[in-house]
Amino acid sequence: MTKYIRHAAAFCVLLLVALLVNALRVQVFQAGPYDGSTANRRATIARYGQPRGDILVGGEPVTGSRDTGEQLRYERTYNDGPLYAPITGFASQEYGTTLLEHAEDGVLAGTDPLLAPFPLWSDLTRGLPPGGKVVTTIDPAAQRAAYVGLAGRKGAVAAIEPATGRILALVSAPSYDPAELSGNRPATKAAWERLNRDPDKPMLNRAVRQTYPPGSTFKVVTAAAALDAGVVTDMDAQTDSPDPYTLPGTRTWLTNEGDGCQDASLREAFKWSCNTVFAKLGVDVGARDMVGTAQAFGFNDTGVRIPFSAATSTFDTSVDRAQLALSSIGQYNTRATPLQMAMVAAAVANGGRLRPPYLVERTTSRDGGTVSTAGSRPARQVMQPATAERMRELMTDVVEDGTGTNAAIPGATVGGKTGTAQHGLGNSGIPYAWFVSWAQGEQDPEPKVAVAVVVEDASANRGEISGGGDAAPIARDVMRAVLSG
Amino acid sequence: MTPAGTATAAPARDPARVVRLPRRRGIELALIVVAVLLSVYGYCAVGLARHGAVPPGAAKYGAGLGVLALLAHVAVRLRAPYADPLLLPIGVLLNGLGLVLIYRLDLETPGDRAAPTQLVWSTLGVALFIAVALLLRDHRVLQRYAYVCVVAALALLTLPIFFPALNGARIWVRIAGFSIQPSEFAKVLLAVFFAAYLADNRNALAYTGRPVWRFRRIQLPTGRVLGPILTIWLLSVGVLVLERDLGTSLLFFGLFVVLLYVATGRTGWIAVGLLLASLGAVAVGRLEPHVHGRVEDWLDPFATIEAGLGPNQLAQSLFAFAAGGVLGSGLGLGHSILIGFAAKSDFILATAGEELGLVGLSAIFILYGLLVERGYRAGLALREPFGRLLAVGLASIVALQVFVIAGGVTGLIPLTGMAMPFLAQGGSSVVTNWAIVALLIRVSDSARSQYDGQVAP
Repeated sequence: MTKYIRHAAAFCVLLLVALLVNALRVQVFQAGPYDGSTANRRATIARYGQPRGDILVGGEPVTGSRDTGEQLRYERTYNDGPLYAPITGFASQEYGTTLLEHAEDGVLAGTDPLLAPFPLWSDLTRGLPPGGKVVTTIDPAAQRAAYVGLAGRKGAVAAIEPATGRILALVSAPSYDPAELSGNRPATKAAWERLNRDPDKPMLNRAVRQTYPPGSTFKVVTAAAALDAGVVTDMDAQTDSPDPYTLPGTRTWLTNEGDGCQDASLREAFKWSCNTVFAKLGVDVGARDMVGTAQAFGFNDTGVRIPFSAATSTFDTSVDRAQLALSSIGQYNTRATPLQMAMVAAAVANGGRLRPPYLVERTTSRDGGTVSTAGSRPARQVMQPATAERMRELMTDVVEDGTGTNAAIPGATVGGKTGTAQHGLGNSGIPYAWFVSWAQGEQDPEPKVAVAVVVEDASANRGEISGGGDAAPIARDVMRAVLSG
Repeated sequence: MTPAGTATAAPARDPARVVRLPRRRGIELALIVVAVLLSVYGYCAVGLARHGAVPPGAAKYGAGLGVLALLAHVAVRLRAPYADPLLLPIGVLLNGLGLVLIYRLDLETPGDRAAPTQLVWSTLGVALFIAVALLLRDHRVLQRYAYVCVVAALALLTLPIFFPALNGARIWVRIAGFSIQPSEFAKVLLAVFFAAYLADNRNALAYTGRPVWRFRRIQLPTGRVLGPILTIWLLSVGVLVLERDLGTSLLFFGLFVVLLYVATGRTGWIAVGLLLASLGAVAVGRLEPHVHGRVEDWLDPFATIEAGLGPNQLAQSLFAFAAGGVLGSGLGLGHSILIGFAAKSDFILATAGEELGLVGLSAIFILYGLLVERGYRAGLALREPFGRLLAVGLASIVALQVFVIAGGVTGLIPLTGMAMPFLAQGGSSVVTNWAIVALLIRVSDSARSQYDGQVAP
């Protein structure tokens, strides 16, 4: 019997070994795929198990975290949610993250390996470091000025510091409160459905994610191309421009809103926004140089990240002469985000050098130890410095006694350009009112701010809507906020 | 009948060869202290991890467990001084760890606290242990009650048929708010019966009759002796079909095959046993939807996830084990409660796996392995067949039960509802396991006090 007991014991040893080997399989070899399974809630629980790091504007957090005591413990809160929604985006337990909450999620959630004091820290402690902070470049005064200026009208504002590319304001209206989407309650779902159904699309970040026909504001690009290419050498010399202008190869007449555009000099044409002059100028520069200048400003760049991605502004590269004429006055397939037009103004203000815009100054651990900094990004020479100098002159004229006088700030040098972009089927939509500008205070060695404003449906009736009337005052308030800051 | 409780009464066939084995009660006491301290440490670790403070009941809990363990130790000292010193400490440690795990899971379900009830049942279990140690002076008494045991076992097994099914299995008897699982008690009674029956009939089973077929070393049993195994097989299948309890059925059948093999040494039993078991399993797996579903889950634990229905219990269990990794998340810091229903009973091992890691899980497996090994060792050391078969049977119950449920929740074999011995929530199970340890203590005491120098116990 002893022999058989030993055999049975050997069988039990076999069972034990099978259990141990299988435990090794499940807990070590299969652990990766099991941990990564989308149906495994552990990653989600860990993610919401600690307060999320904060996003800072002007040194103050605009976000927070609330302990709900539920399984997904901490929920995002927002101070001034609608004001900063185009920057923060939302961080929802149900619907994921957007904008900075998405782009900087690793730092905010504590999963960024750089937050750990040393490599493999998380593996050893089996916990996450506390969420870090994201310090933005936003100027709270400029942000609020833009938000108040839009006053809920559909539109957007983007402001940049020309010398660095720091984004000072990023506003989209109408906005929404991202706090409504933080949790996973029925009210969260209701808010999500309501916001998605809203025809005004409050969750759309119009400042970076929506492109508009830039209309006359694009004449800054066309003028820069013409000066850079030497098509115009004397800004005050008469140009050979008929009014109306027949688009090359067609019988379509292009006209102007006002008189006095026939053979107008570049200065006059820019000041009064002559379509005929700039359409012809674009054709004279030629598609190759127009495309080159537009792309130098950032058009057709599919990789704009601030750090979240921006929509691609476009300038059609395969056009006939008639299409080129229309493209050169910001029509046809020319489309730009407000951020892109702010970059155009910034490049002019910064002597022709364009600094890529960015929103995050630096990220830090919760205790303030720097994780990453924006650093200095290489500038791109968009136009010759001399051209930039002359462009500043042209833009200053517009504000001093042209279409943009509403943007003037006493004691400061302000340059701008208005735009009124027709759109819709047969131009039936209410035109978009544009204004792009930059400003330099008396004491400042260089321009401190470049702004682009677009107002989609200014309540004024169609004839009266204009970039100068609706958009310029908003730009002025934003610039004033930056200059006095 | 020789009283086996005292050393002086140990029968010595040849006085010259009597070897007095050390009693090792001091080692047992030291190990019990370690087991109690480990459990209290676990209890404190849960509190520290969850609330940053030692739980208020820590001293009470430690004192309660300590007193129970000490009383059991005193009973062993009095009545079974030669008993194996590992058995009791292993029981105390596993029971204490089970209480810690249940207490830890109670924190996730504030409305449903299971630890206090489990503590009451543990007390009852230890009381039964002490009663067995004090009252049962010689295990051979049990041999006389073999047929009482089998009748009682069958009565207990059929009882749940008259009660409503719970969660797909008809294995519960509900009386006055208490849930009792009679099959847990039945398994000890059946082990006693099997041991007694086979001890009496093993020669007849092994050597009478004419082999039907010989093929190399495999010797198939004759038709006449197939009778008992067929009866037990039918009984198991009956339990399975009527009560939908695959685990218990598997356990009974496995126990019988192991004991039959140990008693007769016929490899044919294993062949016949495996054949019948697979036939039964295939048939029931096809016909019985509840069992069929379990097999499907085992073959593809993540099918429900791919079907968009979310993870099932087995998938959640596997996630928990995987989340534990090598070192575990630490007591109180895992999320095994995601398993939901039965997290404290059938799936308790998942909490151990997640919070104590592969290291802790392996330690628990090895503790069970030691318990089984001690049982087998007692069986080897004894000279009379009933005691040997009883020791092997009781140890095999633990081995098979641990394999069936641990293999089930880790995806090694299809999942069957069974309690992890000592760890899982469930009063009947804890009481039964203390009875098993008590009987093993009694048997090992006999074995070591009758040591004749042949096989080291």
